[in-house]
Amino acid sequence: MSSYRLPKRGLVDRNVPLSFTFDGRPMQGLEGDTLASALLANGRMLVGRSFKYHRPRGILTAGAAEPNALVTVGRGGRAEPNTRATMQELYEGLEARSQNRWPSLAFDIGALNGLLSPFLGAGFYYKTFMWPAPLWEKLYEPVIRRAAGLGKASYEADPDAYEKSWAHCDLLVIGAGPTGLAAALTAGRAGARVILVDEGSLPGGSLLSDTATIDGKAAADFARDTSDELRSMPNVQVLVRTTAFGWYDGNVFGAVERVQKHVREPASHLPVERLWRIVAGKALLATGAEERPLVFGGNDRPGVMMAGAMRAYLNRYGVAPGRTPAIFTTNDTGYTLAQELEAAGVDVVAIVDSRPAAGVDYRGKARLVREAVVCGTKGGKAISAIEVHHGGRTETIAVDALAMAGGFDPIIHLACHRGGKPVWSAEKAAFLAPGSLKGLEVAGGAAATTGLAACLGEGAARAEAIVRELGLPCPPVAVVKVESEEGIRSPAPLWSIPGIKDKAFVDFQNDVHLKDIGLAVREGYSHVELAKRYTTSGMATDQGKLSNVNAIGLIAKARGVSPAEVGTTTFRPFYTPVSFGALTGAHTGHHFQPVRKSPLHDWAKKHGAVFVETGLWYRSSWFPRSGERTWRESVEREVLNVRKNAGLCDVSMLGKIEITGSDAAEFLNRVYCNAFLKLPVGKARYGLMLREDGFIYDDGTTSRLEENRFFMTTTTAYAAGVMNHLEFCAQVLWPQLDVRLASITDQWAQMAIAGPKARMILQKIVDEDISDAAFPFLAAKEVSLFGGALHGCLFRISFSGELAYELAVPAGYGESIADALLEAGKDHGIMPYGVETLSVLRIEKGHVTHNEINGTIVPADLGFGKMVSAGKPDFVGKAMLQREGLTAPDRPQLVGVVPLDPQQSFRSGSHILAKGAAATLENDEGYVTSSAYSPHVGSTIALALVRNGRNRHGEEVLVWSGLHGESTPARLCNPVFFDPQNERLHV
Amino acid sequence: MRYSALSILLNGLRGNRNWAPAWRQPDPKPHYDVIIVGGGGHGLATAYYLAKEFGITNVAVLEKNYIGSGNVGRNTTIIRSNYLLPGNNPFYELSMKLWEGLEQDFNFNAMVSQRGVLNLFHSDAQRDAYTRRGNAMRLHGVDAELLYRAAVRKMLPFLDFDNARFPIQGGLLQRRGGTVRHDAVAWGYARGADSRGVDIIQNCEVTGIRRENGRVIGVETSRGFIGCAKLALAAAGNSSQVAEMAGLRLPIESHVLQAFVSEGLKPFIDGVVTFGAGHFYVSQSDKGGLVFGGDIDGYNSYAQRGNLATVEHVAEAGKAMIPALSRVRVLRSWGGIMDMSMDGSPIIDRTPIDNLYLNAGWCYGGFKATPASGFCFAHLLARGAPQKTAAAFRLDRFERGFLIDEKGQGAQPNLH
Repeated sequence: MSSYRLPKRGLVDRNVPLSFTFDGRPMQGLEGDTLASALLANGRMLVGRSFKYHRPRGILTAGAAEPNALVTVGRGGRAEPNTRATMQELYEGLEARSQNRWPSLAFDIGALNGLLSPFLGAGFYYKTFMWPAPLWEKLYEPVIRRAAGLGKASYEADPDAYEKSWAHCDLLVIGAGPTGLAAALTAGRAGARVILVDEGSLPGGSLLSDTATIDGKAAADFARDTSDELRSMPNVQVLVRTTAFGWYDGNVFGAVERVQKHVREPASHLPVERLWRIVAGKALLATGAEERPLVFGGNDRPGVMMAGAMRAYLNRYGVAPGRTPAIFTTNDTGYTLAQELEAAGVDVVAIVDSRPAAGVDYRGKARLVREAVVCGTKGGKAISAIEVHHGGRTETIAVDALAMAGGFDPIIHLACHRGGKPVWSAEKAAFLAPGSLKGLEVAGGAAATTGLAACLGEGAARAEAIVRELGLPCPPVAVVKVESEEGIRSPAPLWSIPGIKDKAFVDFQNDVHLKDIGLAVREGYSHVELAKRYTTSGMATDQGKLSNVNAIGLIAKARGVSPAEVGTTTFRPFYTPVSFGALTGAHTGHHFQPVRKSPLHDWAKKHGAVFVETGLWYRSSWFPRSGERTWRESVEREVLNVRKNAGLCDVSMLGKIEITGSDAAEFLNRVYCNAFLKLPVGKARYGLMLREDGFIYDDGTTSRLEENRFFMTTTTAYAAGVMNHLEFCAQVLWPQLDVRLASITDQWAQMAIAGPKARMILQKIVDEDISDAAFPFLAAKEVSLFGGALHGCLFRISFSGELAYELAVPAGYGESIADALLEAGKDHGIMPYGVETLSVLRIEKGHVTHNEINGTIVPADLGFGKMVSAGKPDFVGKAMLQREGLTAPDRPQLVGVVPLDPQQSFRSGSHILAKGAAATLENDEGYVTSSAYSPHVGSTIALALVRNGRNRHGEEVLVWSGLHGESTPARLCNPVFFDPQNERLHV
Repeated sequence: MRYSALSILLNGLRGNRNWAPAWRQPDPKPHYDVIIVGGGGHGLATAYYLAKEFGITNVAVLEKNYIGSGNVGRNTTIIRSNYLLPGNNPFYELSMKLWEGLEQDFNFNAMVSQRGVLNLFHSDAQRDAYTRRGNAMRLHGVDAELLYRAAVRKMLPFLDFDNARFPIQGGLLQRRGGTVRHDAVAWGYARGADSRGVDIIQNCEVTGIRRENGRVIGVETSRGFIGCAKLALAAAGNSSQVAEMAGLRLPIESHVLQAFVSEGLKPFIDGVVTFGAGHFYVSQSDKGGLVFGGDIDGYNSYAQRGNLATVEHVAEAGKAMIPALSRVRVLRSWGGIMDMSMDGSPIIDRTPIDNLYLNAGWCYGGFKATPASGFCFAHLLARGAPQKTAAAFRLDRFERGFLIDEKGQGAQPNLH
């Protein structure tokens, strides 16, 4: 056992020693320790280095606000930089490393910055490093970047799992200290659904380091017994190691539970962290108060510690902070600490009290220095003496630790996350939560209530009122009897201390000291938000938990106004930092987004398909056969085979929407720009859907299967968007229409059978006559298959330009029907084909996709001007389509492009320049929207949108891709490269 | 007081007691030639260029809070000029050129850092779209490179190349893109404008616009009436509210966009990278924090805060792109209000009301535009005609159908 561990004291388990290392040095702690308490027990004062001046730093707090003791814990993909040693529970084998020092923690070259500090004041970097300009990126910035930053993040992937949960409750209690426990107990006993969260490993908060007794029990025992009772209640959930980090609209609270951050090897069946989204009827903020540091010279030396932290190390962890400590206090809590230290056998050298008299009767052995301040400290890597300023002179007193007790600031972060501003209370000398918050109340130390009995009583009373609001009967609150010695906790604040020579830190981690605040005010950055941004005070990993109020006090003093007038900076999530892992949960790697698979996915896979991500879908791209070396070979074979024999392509991922109701035809007539009212039953029609602003939104075919039942297809990418759009039209624009919409994309497996032999193959499985006479182009009907064994929908539509059909069958039958078609077509040369082939076929036919319908295109641009109904009284987009800019003569128009030399090719995204024109933006004529190698044309072919393009067929142009250094002479032409008379559709 | 290494040395030796305020805190005069509403980046830049380039110094910038309290201090600090459409591309390149000489011009180190902006693509369609965009940039002489997978991997080996839901195919790189210390932009412009005689008046909220015979003659403020010959609005997310004081309804919706910073880390990522399979962009500040963001929350709001669902969405995209972010902790999130226009592009124009000028509609791309926006708005105010690179940013283009829609999303502001 190390020399700073006290016998018998605290909640640590002396029977369970734990080995750990710090910077490679083996050490021992106890079960129940934090890394910080274990380091202190080992006499380790120097734990880290500060950001700018690389000053030696120790452990300042025992909780979430720790700015100094940041270490990297773990290794490889589990390495976590910037871990607060005060929050990290110790476990067997823990490896911790110090940060931001070179070559070592004890000897850090960066500390030389301290010598230059007169030239490195607040914002110095805004005034220099400007000459010569190129040196910024080449020299100054790289040096600054290397020097900046805290810990080092690993590039290795995280091996552990995370998850997310929702929870709902009547009352969320945040903080399981005395106030929170009393509140949860009251509401829990009344039967309310309660969730109690606390960031610590044990419920109890300040009770765990308090020597008071409650109903005759030690405070820690009271905490344990109360939480045991809460845990036994079915209506109460107690979440420890859980930090409520944010309050969001709708009374949603974000919280993160550290499920396995206190173990060496996380169990693989559990997450390491769990994100909770808690929807609370009401929340009670019982987060207590943060002790305020005092701003004096050298207040950052290792060994200087918050008084409350010293109490925690003493009482909860059984660790003496030193052998000859002193206490610098502005209130009575310093005396409580002195008495507890002495009771533990640690003699306090001196109590330096800024007041003329204390509110308690101290009878210990420490020397009392009243109306005095500590104005400086001495020491190298740890404090060795304090300089006490009193009666106009300065006295040096040798110490090896110093507690500072500067008063308390309520922890009101969450209460201010939704726009409310904290309010300065001169009486309490602290900022309080904004008043009358909806959905959240503040109680106990967080409301500046002081005294254990008062907090217990307030927690219970507030819970009782909330429970009554919920309409639940609430049994009377049992009164508890508290024995503790407490005096005044809220004295006048002590912003400035006379006699300071050394740097007096306001923001410890960011090395913002007293003079920086003064400089910022002098230079005009006196608004609290400007001072924050200029000095970086409050921008460290603790987000100003310890520094903000002191900074405000100092600004107020410099400006000669009250802290009320200065106000606070904005409190924002996260109360303490939250990992990407926790916020991400299981949505990681391949599970980032869900996978959508067509009903024919397995069928395609069976036939060797190569898949490509298309939105959330996997689509079959092509079906390689043995001997084919490149995708181009496979695609060429597939293309030629469709044009010669027949092919089968999975088109299930097209959006499918069923539209029913007596006004379904009228509805379609309004959402498409072309006419649908008189579409006969049994017919399909190509439709163009415009946005309200007149540009094309989507296209597809819609078939009338019955008088009042339509089957709409959309493009794959816009399926959900079209559904939303139609719902908007039906519900908002025309609620009087009798129309119902159902997304049926997943209900049908749909396949295209295309090619001259498509009919003879299909006829083998379709019972009805599908001859050209009986089932002409654009026929659409329900059909019976295999002698009535199954029914499907058959559409005679063609994207490929061939005699083609699309057959939709119930999703579960997709694979067997596709196989049956391959079998039926075996002797006719049928082959599966993928979207690459589909793309070549459609480019050869000049059919458009969203490559061409790019959101800035009107029907006339594509040559569809005549489709836009002139006769319809209205349709979506009609009015705005008339705008000058949408009818201008030089709009881009769809054309074909072929290279002059068939051996040359060009790519999509290339721009079109007039022949001989310089490559400038002014000469930009348009761009290539789609390109492919056409085996029929024998060269690359492309579609392009070119200014006034329809009148320029035959013109020689340059297809230009500066990105690739390509410049290809080409000719504009008709965009239909294959069967321009559409003869093959009608056979 | 000119800033330099020497001034730091001399002041340091004298205990840093003699630094002058970076700008004055003047009381408003009764009348100005130009009043600019909004002491953000665009308003301050406008004042700076009015004074410096056009010699108009009887100018006040009215800011209801502190200068830089809006979006100039809330963005993710990215600058780039990788625009597609001819209406945008030359304007943003002008802005980039102004960034490149800005610090020497206004004698303030805003840490303009051209460490590159890489936009990843994950599909053939995205590749083709970036090819089109990169070529449009090249046509205007803007630097652009198309990288394929191997080159991206060499540059950023820690992106998810092995287990990604949407494998990275490549990226469009603009090496001249980068980041700027955002607050310093506001401060540098403020200091530069102030030193040329512009009055920067903080804590002065405009509560009304006074008109006489239809013409604007001044503004009612929390510090009384202030007269002006020309009134220039640069109020970003509050543009609609301010314009309404003159009875003008704008084609703008206000939306909330969140941004984030992680704990400080040693150098982790050098330039800016944007994800193509979800909305996420990230860079690392010189202080060490990873600065990142995603999409707008999607609903209309004037509250400068967002919600948790978007936070999760952004984090998910981040970890999908860089798996090693998993253990990196997010320190803080905040929200800004975006003036989302109907086509995703801005407005710098006169209004139908005499003496009233408008600079708005920056969506969530306003920061990179700050210098050119200020320059072009100042040009319009001084010369009465649009600067040539901003000639397309007309207020009546929505009515006339001359949209500048980079994304092709149409008149749906939450999709831009």
